Amino acid sequence: MARDAAATTQKSAGNGAADGARKQHSLPDKETCKAVLAKMMLIRRFEERAGEMYAKAKIGGFLHLCIGEEATIVGSTQAMRDGDYLLSTYREHGQAIARGTPPNAVMAELFGRVDGCSKGRGGSMHLFDFERRFLGGYGIVGGNLPLATGVALQCDYNGTDDAVVCMFGDGATNQGTFGESMNMAALWKLPVVFMVINNQFGMGTALERHSAVTDLSKKAEGYGVPGSQCDGMDVLDVHAATTEVLRKAREDRQPQLLEAVTYRFRGHSMADPEEYRTKDEVEEWRRRDPIASFSKRLVEEGVFEDKDIEEMDAQAMATVDESVQFADNSPFPDLDSLYDDLYVLGSQVKPQGWWSVDERSPEPHRGEEEREAGRIPHELAEAGAAYAGVGEAQERKRRQRQSQGGGQAETSGPARDQEGGGD
Amino acid sequence: MRYREALNQALREEMEADERVFIMGEDIGVFQGAFKVTQGLLEEFGDKRVRDTPISENTIVGVGVGGAMSGLRPVVELMTINFSLLALDQIVNHAAAIHYMFGGQARVPLVIRMPQGAGHQLGPTHSHCLEAIFLHVPGLLVAAPSTPADAKGLLKAAIQDDNPVIFIEHEYLYGQRGEVPENGGPMRFGEAAVRREGSDVTIVGISRMAITAERAAEQLAHEHELEAEVIDPRTLRPLDLDTILDSVKKTNRAVIVEEGWPHGGVGANLAALIQEQAFDYLDAPVARVTGADVPMPYSKPLEQAAFPHEEHVIQACLALFKDL
Repeated sequence: MARDAAATTQKSAGNGAADGARKQHSLPDKETCKAVLAKMMLIRRFEERAGEMYAKAKIGGFLHLCIGEEATIVGSTQAMRDGDYLLSTYREHGQAIARGTPPNAVMAELFGRVDGCSKGRGGSMHLFDFERRFLGGYGIVGGNLPLATGVALQCDYNGTDDAVVCMFGDGATNQGTFGESMNMAALWKLPVVFMVINNQFGMGTALERHSAVTDLSKKAEGYGVPGSQCDGMDVLDVHAATTEVLRKAREDRQPQLLEAVTYRFRGHSMADPEEYRTKDEVEEWRRRDPIASFSKRLVEEGVFEDKDIEEMDAQAMATVDESVQFADNSPFPDLDSLYDDLYVLGSQVKPQGWWSVDERSPEPHRGEEEREAGRIPHELAEAGAAYAGVGEAQERKRRQRQSQGGGQAETSGPARDQEGGGD
Repeated sequence: MRYREALNQALREEMEADERVFIMGEDIGVFQGAFKVTQGLLEEFGDKRVRDTPISENTIVGVGVGGAMSGLRPVVELMTINFSLLALDQIVNHAAAIHYMFGGQARVPLVIRMPQGAGHQLGPTHSHCLEAIFLHVPGLLVAAPSTPADAKGLLKAAIQDDNPVIFIEHEYLYGQRGEVPENGGPMRFGEAAVRREGSDVTIVGISRMAITAERAAEQLAHEHELEAEVIDPRTLRPLDLDTILDSVKKTNRAVIVEEGWPHGGVGANLAALIQEQAFDYLDAPVARVTGADVPMPYSKPLEQAAFPHEEHVIQACLALFKDL
């Protein structure tokens, strides 16, 4: 299989790309080519814009961009059925978009707005779309492997034909949950594909510095989970490989480990000075840019002309523009919704409201069945938001300006302080 | 009926009633459970619904969370509460957070059962009482039944509820007998039981300590002419604070008895709540009787010295009446 050849691309990107012996997959039909390229472009443009919005402090916390990994994301998700489940990591904007979550809802989540796909509760690292069976981005490295195993157990238990794809990074293969989940999935013959997105670094620690075994596809063999590799920079190779492992997982009830060898062009997060790798190395991998290389081939083989590609890119930009506008216009969650969805109300938790003990203010508080946030918490929240340059106070001013004829949603804000380190 | 049999009955009834309910854990099937709570269930329901797992606590719980998120109602058994520490990531970062952090889209109807408690000389890694750790976490419900009837009623309620429930049993209690109502349904969380009425002092006992508190109260009545009111909260989240406060307002004194460690304990939390809500009613500081602030020692005399007995409770109550 082509995957075995791709395996040799581990560290030296250029060699893999130049390897003429590597089998090239034939192109699918034009519509499919268009869909695949458009998705990759949308994800790329979305991530670039998210990075800009982060610099403008529209997005808080940590922001992990998947630029460079688009072929891995789109190639694999294109091989999934609608009924299949996907669980991903904290670098998952692309996965959500690839599974059909509207970019508007993703951007709104990054902005912490109420129309975000997790209602502003999760942020960049915790996107979720139950309807599309995208069961989450997860912030704990290796935390989603047991969950995916459990979802696969559900598929098996209910006798459905659905399968599960669980994506995680090379760093996650060092967690205990990796071995535990592989063993349990193999023991119980569950329909799950564990897909390790090997982007060469666990945060800032290079693969050969964090894993004794650097051929990650071999790491689950001892647990009874066969492994294979694909070229994560080649969307067709990822698609072919994922199709095959999903078939084995679904039909043969044999869980699979698939390693996609890829690279992230940007830092681990936006707060990453990238002192752990050379510019030359990044440049070498950039020459294998999954979007540029696929576009080039499509033009060379006469599927599209340059102007078609440009049009698709313009469409992606327009979609992303709209998502920013949508996110900007979406309100922040109501402060009184702070306790919503902490519990499922009903049989054991009183349906008339939350019952937790409220320690947010020095005011006398009972907690039971209260819902209003109270005066002091409101004032504190507004003061904090005003300090950070976001929040209700600013929101009101912006709307005021808009209603006075400003029209355009403003995207300028205070620039983010330079932060070092962090996750 | 014994406590373990009541639990077994609850599991059986809920599995009969709902196909989505299944149980999994280490040695719960062929071995019949480390404490025999799951005895006979494998034979009755088969290995699809009674699943022996590898020894992988974090992943056992995580598999339960994943199953629950996607439509099943798993009941997971951890062999002791100390082993739940290996699963804290899945319990705190995942089970407790998922409904909230994904904006209410996914539910986690998962029950995690585990026994706690000292007295069997199991030493420093099998004997602790860690309910305070779970009480700390928003998003979890926490039950700690002390009688067979409560064990059955609350376990049924836990399985039927749509929230993740930490269900804390006690190794000492497994063999204890008590009346269990025929055809009893699920009980409600957040309803404390007044085990004994009294007007002089309120004793709140957690888990097995509810039993210890009741015995201490009998002695207080016979030997010291003090009538203690004994309250068993039964669930710690939600907590029936009203019943406790009503009692304290009547007796004006409170003693909280728990087997766990003192710092950041259930009693510390409850003492804060009582003084916040009923300060004006108190005639003495809220007293706590807790386990010793040490890892549980193995040697029998040391172990017995490291968790509360009736005598500790009696002394704590009497101390509240000194200098009056």
